[in-house]
Amino acid sequence: MSMRYIALLRRFLQLNILRELAYRGNFYTQIFQSLLSLSFGLLGLAVIFDHTGTLNEWHPAQILALLGVYQLVGGVINLVIQPCMQQLMREVHQGTLDFTLLKPEDAQFLVSIRQMQIWKLCDIVLGLVVVGIALAHLGATVGAGQMLTFLVALVAGGAIVYSFWLMLATCSFWLVRVENILVIFQDLYQAGRWPVSIYPSWLRWTLTFLVPVTVATTIPAQALIGQLAWPTLLGVALFALLTLVLSRWFWLFGLRHYTGASA
Amino acid sequence: MRALLAVYRAQLKTSFLMYLQYRASSVLWLLGMILEPVIYLVVWSTIARANGWAVDGYGVGDFASYFLVLLLVNHLTDNWVYYEFEERVRQGLLSPLLLRPIHPINADVAQNLTYKWMMLVVMLPTAGVLALVFHPTAHVTWLSLLLFFSSLVLAIAIRFLVEWSLGLTAFWTTQMSAVLQVYYVALFFLSGQMGPLALFPVPVEILALVLPFQWMLAFPVQLLLGQVDQRAIVLGLVAQAIWLCLSLALMTVLWRHGLRRYSGTGA
Repeated sequence: MSMRYIALLRRFLQLNILRELAYRGNFYTQIFQSLLSLSFGLLGLAVIFDHTGTLNEWHPAQILALLGVYQLVGGVINLVIQPCMQQLMREVHQGTLDFTLLKPEDAQFLVSIRQMQIWKLCDIVLGLVVVGIALAHLGATVGAGQMLTFLVALVAGGAIVYSFWLMLATCSFWLVRVENILVIFQDLYQAGRWPVSIYPSWLRWTLTFLVPVTVATTIPAQALIGQLAWPTLLGVALFALLTLVLSRWFWLFGLRHYTGASA
Repeated sequence: MRALLAVYRAQLKTSFLMYLQYRASSVLWLLGMILEPVIYLVVWSTIARANGWAVDGYGVGDFASYFLVLLLVNHLTDNWVYYEFEERVRQGLLSPLLLRPIHPINADVAQNLTYKWMMLVVMLPTAGVLALVFHPTAHVTWLSLLLFFSSLVLAIAIRFLVEWSLGLTAFWTTQMSAVLQVYYVALFFLSGQMGPLALFPVPVEILALVLPFQWMLAFPVQLLLGQVDQRAIVLGLVAQAIWLCLSLALMTVLWRHGLRRYSGTGA
């Protein structure tokens, strides 16, 4: 069973790569845009650390690590989560989701992997490079345990972000203009450039429980620089499992309410 | 002139009704607009608090008033037409607009003005709430208020023309997202969105002096807060006048040449 999912994933990956290979110019545009967005972050850091030595006890190299994680996770979101969910909302709107539902595979799996923006891999690569540079600056030897913590935090964060988007996209079965909420997510995600501990409590609360920005950026970065306590990691992992189950349930519930505008 | 006024009245009415339909999405846009200034207000205040409550003479309260006024001015000067231009050109949506016996920019201006007035109803109370949270300090005089409103009008006009011209580049390129991103980065650092330009390295300050960005945003903000000395006020107003002429010329030239490239595909 799971072999079939892997085969499907590979097939969709192939399809998306083939589609993008027709537009090779986009690759250079994407490199340019990724570098631009990275320099945007670096310039911001330069201006800030021109006036101070630490930002709320975060040293420049630690903030750099955070910036790398921000770029990396942003890359994953833009690579597959956002394009898939946007397509889902569009198809619900236009009633063309019927064609996907008719296929003899799990619909949630299909809508979650079929649309990829392959060139966004640039952001992921750049993010990893920045994380590497930051770690070199920190001079700390990163042990296997710390790396594992980082990976767990990263995967859990990704799962929470995915579930969040799926639930939002599922709302489009009832509401029409949900895509505007995406704009909000992009805006709120910006807040992840900086450690959430600097924000006032209401904003910190929003970024942690209402919109999953903290789990996607600050917490993996904390894991990376060795400042994440085990209980927090455990809590995040449990929360990830919970949201995955919840979003699955909500998706199935939503499907029962889908009438198909075209049919 | 009278015909134009009638056209505007009709446009204002239709766009008002259109926005009324999508109240929820308008509020969501608003949230997005508030967030960015709040983030940088928090970042700068954090630094100020750690360094004896001030950064180069800017206290925590000064940052609060700077970013709150910036929020309002950014809302009033903001424009989003340039995001739609790619689609207009690619899908041929411009064709019906061209058939009208009036320049398409008028419809955009009318729509933009409606949105600003409508959203001000929500924006002002929001700024009020944020003021309660962040405790801004400012000393506003009648003179600075007068100067503020005149430079605000200029800033709105300049930014609209610059961004409309930016949208027109869709006639030449299909890589609009890259163009817009470059613009966004430049706007963020050079218009004062990230913080008062005085806190930036000198080369950035000089760059900001010759480019249009700060005249579309930071200048009116600092005028209101009395952070500009007399010589700089005159200089700034002159710069705004120059950029108004330049952006008008730019828009006219780009429109004339771009239209020749437009083939109306899809229509």
